[in-house]
Amino acid sequence: MRSDFPLFPEQASTVAPYVDALYLFLVGITGLVSLLIWIAVFYFAIKYRRRPENELAEEIEPPQMLEIAWTVIPAIIFVGIFVAGAWVYFHINRVPDDALDIYATGRQWMWKFQHPSGQREINTLHVPVNRPIRITMASEDVIHSLWFPVFRVKADVLPNRYRTMWFEATKTGRFHIFCAEYCGTQHSGMIGWVEVMEPTAYQRWLAGGAEGSLASQGEKLFQKYACHTCHTNEATGRGPILAGLYGKQIQLTNNSRVLADDNYLRESILNPQAKIAAGFQPIMPTFQGQVNEEELIKLLAYIRSMPAAAPVVAPPTASAGPAATQNKGTVQ
Amino acid sequence: MTPSTLHDVRFIEPEKTRNYLNEDYGVFSWLLTKDHKRIGILYLLSVTLLFFVGGFFAFMLRLELLTPEGDLLTSDTYNKFFTLHGIVMIFFFLIPAIPAALGNFILPLMLGAKDLAFPKINLLSWYIYMTGAIFGIYVIVTGGVDTGWTFYTPFSTQYSNTHVFATTLGAFITGFSSILTGLNFIVTIHRMRAPGLTWFRLPLFVWSMYATSLVMLLATPVLAITLFLLMLERTLGVGIFDPALGGDPVLYQHLFWFYSHPAVYIMILPAMAVISECVAAFTRKKIFGYKFVAFASLAIAFLGFLVWAHHMFVAGISVYSAMIFSFLTMLVAVPSAIKVFNWTATMYRASVSWQTPMLYVMGFIGLFTIGGVTGLFLGAMGVDVHVHDSYFVVAHFHYIMVGGTVMGYLAGIHYWWPKITGRMYPEWWARLSALLIFVGFNLTFFPQFLVGYVGMPRRYHAYAPEFQVLNVLSTAGATVLAAGYILPMFYLFWSLWYGRKAGSNPWGAVGLEWATSSPPPKENFHVTPVVTWDAYDYPAFLKAMRETQNV
Repeated sequence: MRSDFPLFPEQASTVAPYVDALYLFLVGITGLVSLLIWIAVFYFAIKYRRRPENELAEEIEPPQMLEIAWTVIPAIIFVGIFVAGAWVYFHINRVPDDALDIYATGRQWMWKFQHPSGQREINTLHVPVNRPIRITMASEDVIHSLWFPVFRVKADVLPNRYRTMWFEATKTGRFHIFCAEYCGTQHSGMIGWVEVMEPTAYQRWLAGGAEGSLASQGEKLFQKYACHTCHTNEATGRGPILAGLYGKQIQLTNNSRVLADDNYLRESILNPQAKIAAGFQPIMPTFQGQVNEEELIKLLAYIRSMPAAAPVVAPPTASAGPAATQNKGTVQ
Repeated sequence: MTPSTLHDVRFIEPEKTRNYLNEDYGVFSWLLTKDHKRIGILYLLSVTLLFFVGGFFAFMLRLELLTPEGDLLTSDTYNKFFTLHGIVMIFFFLIPAIPAALGNFILPLMLGAKDLAFPKINLLSWYIYMTGAIFGIYVIVTGGVDTGWTFYTPFSTQYSNTHVFATTLGAFITGFSSILTGLNFIVTIHRMRAPGLTWFRLPLFVWSMYATSLVMLLATPVLAITLFLLMLERTLGVGIFDPALGGDPVLYQHLFWFYSHPAVYIMILPAMAVISECVAAFTRKKIFGYKFVAFASLAIAFLGFLVWAHHMFVAGISVYSAMIFSFLTMLVAVPSAIKVFNWTATMYRASVSWQTPMLYVMGFIGLFTIGGVTGLFLGAMGVDVHVHDSYFVVAHFHYIMVGGTVMGYLAGIHYWWPKITGRMYPEWWARLSALLIFVGFNLTFFPQFLVGYVGMPRRYHAYAPEFQVLNVLSTAGATVLAAGYILPMFYLFWSLWYGRKAGSNPWGAVGLEWATSSPPPKENFHVTPVVTWDAYDYPAFLKAMRETQNV
C-alpha cells in the first residue's frame, strides 16, 4: 500500500476520513476561488495591456453591490469552514467511554508507553485495531507533542499536567509516531512506531512478560514510599482515605471543591500543599524529584483501582456546606 | 506654462543639481543625519545585509534536507540554523524592511512633508535597531541559539544551554525601534499632511502604514514584557513559566502569540501598502473600492489582536476557547479577501503595464492568495490538529511572508528605485529576476504543503525516507530562488552609475512623491504642495499631462 513517494497519508483511524473530507473540501473550494483570481489577473493583464489606444484607463464607478457581495459571501463561506472545523475538532476531542487506557511519558528524546496490564515500551506502541484508545500523557522535561499522522491526531505533552488524546485505529500495520513540538537537540530522533494489531494478536502480546499490572506495581511503590503509613484507609489516618476517592468531589480546607481526577492526584503527590482536603493538616511532604512520571502513573493506577470497600466517611455530602463548584476541574 | 491648474503642482520640476544625496558628504553626514531619506537608506542597507544572513541559514537548511539522514550539519547546528534563520528574518528583516526602509523614505514625500514628525527619534530608532542587530550577530559568531524563534518555555528557560539571554535581549531591544517608528509615523500622518491632503485623499500606502504603526505601538510592548519575564526566569529563576517553579509554560505561549500574531500583520500590511500603490500606478486607475481597502487595513490591525490562540489548538487550551479563536480567525480573513478582490478588479478595463513592479504585484496576488486560503485550513480546528507543527504550516507562512511581504518589498524597491537613486534599473534583468523568484519560490514551498499533510514535522534535522522526493524539489527551488535574490544586488548596484536618468516621474504616476525631483532635494519639495485632488486621480492627471505635451 505504502509507495515510496506518498502524496497523501494513509487513513488509519475513525477520525481520519472526517479530517480528510474537510481538507479535500477546502482544497476544492479554495483551489477554485484561487484559480478564478489568477485567471482574472492574467486575463486582465493581457486583455488590457498598455497600448497606444488605452494609455488612459477607463474610469468605472464601482457598483456598491459588488463590494458587499465579495465581503458577505466570503464571510459566509469562512463561517461555514469554521463550523465544519469545529465539528471535526469536537469529534477529535470527545473520548468514547469504552476507551482502553494507555499512558505516555515524553522526555528528551524518547516516548515511553505503559499499558494497564503493566507492559512498558519505548518508542513503540502496541494497540489493538477497532478499539478506542485513550492516551493520558505528561512530559518529564520540556513540551513535546505526540503525533500520529495516519490517525490525523496530535496533542502537546506538557510538563505540568496530564492531557489526554484518543484514536481508534481502523487498519493493522506499522505507522509513524513523531514528536511535533521542537524539544531540543534530538527532536527529529524522538520518533517511533505504532503497531496496530488484531485483538487476538494484541492479547498474545499482552501475555508476554510484565512485572504485574500497573496497579500492582503501584501498590509496591505505595509501600516503598511509605504512603500507607498515613493513608491507612481508616478514618483515624493522618491522610485522607484513598479507597473510592477517584472521580469524587472533594471538599478543601478553603471551602472550595475539586474533582479527584488524575491531575488532582498528580498535583497532590508533587505539590501536596496546593489543595488540602478539609479536615486534614498540611503535613504531607512533596515527592517532586523522587517520584518520576512513570511511577506516578503506576501510583495513580493503584489509587484508581482501590475499591470503595468501607462506607466512605471522608468526603462530606454535597448538601453540607456551601456548594462551591466554581473550582471544578481547576487543575488546568 | 504657469502652474495655475489643480494638477500643475505635479509637473513642477526644477532641475536642481542639489539633492539629498549630494547635499553633504562624509561618513558623519550619514551616521548623524536627521533626514528621513538618508535614515531610510541606512535601514535599507542594514535590512538587506541581514536578509542575506538569514538567507544563508535558509540555504544551509535546504541543503541539509536534500537527504533524509542528518549528514551535512549536526543536529545542534541544524537547530541553531533554523532558529537563527527565523530570528534574523523576522526581527531584523521582515518587521523593519518595508516600514523602516521604504516607509521612512516615502511616507513624508507622500504626505508632502519635509520630514517625519520626530527626525531625531527616527535616527535613534535606527541606532536601537542596530544595537539589537549587533546582539544578534554576537550570538551568531559566538555559537548561536537553538530554541526556535518562538523561545518556547520551559525549553528556553531551563533546558537550552545556548545564548538565549543575548538573543532575547537583542529582540527585546529591537522591539523599541519598532515602537518608535510606529509612534513617529502615527504622529506624522496626523500632523504633517500637506494642505488639502484630507484623510480620504491619502494614498492607501499611508492608510496601511497607519494600521501597521498602530499594531507596532500596541503589540510590541507585550513582546518586550514577555521576553523580559523570560530573561528574569532564565537568569534569576523567577518562576513564571517553569512548572518546577510553579509557573505555567502555556502562559508563555499566550503572551508570545499575543505579540507575534499581530506581528504577522506588521509584516504583511506594509506589503499590502506597496501593492496598492503599484496596482494603481501600473494600471493607471483609481484603486477599486478605495474606502473598502483603506478600512480593511484598520480591520486587519484590529482583528489581528484577537486571534492569537489559533497557534495553540493542540497546546492544551479548552475546546471552547479554541472555538472562539477559530471563529475570529475566519473573520480576520475577510478584510484580506476584500483587498485581493479590489486589486484584481482594479485591473479590469485598465491600462496594464508589464513593467517589473507590476510583475511583482501579479506574483503577490497569486502567492498571497495561496498563503491566505491555506490560513483557512489552519484556522479550521479539525484540520489544524493534523497539520499543526508540520511542513504545511511552514509552507503557509512562507507564502505569506516571502510570497507576500518579500514580493511586496521588491515591488516597492523597483517602483521607488528611480525616486530614491534618480536612476532606472535595467528592465530586462529585473523581469528575469522577478520570474526566477516566482518560479523558484513556488518550487521551494509548494511541495512543503504536500509533505506536511503526508506527515513531515517541522524543525526536523533528519526525516523519514518517503519524504525525500518532495524535499529534493524544495531544495532545487531554493537554488533558483537564491539566484533570483542575488541578481538584483548586481543590476541595482550597476544602475547607480549606468542606469538611465529617471526624471521626476518615470512611471507617469500620481502621488506627491512623484511631484518632486529624483532624487528629491533635502527638504523634499521646492514648493509646499497644495492638494486638491483625490488619490489616484489618473484620468485628470493624464489628461493634463497630454495637454501640456500638446501645447
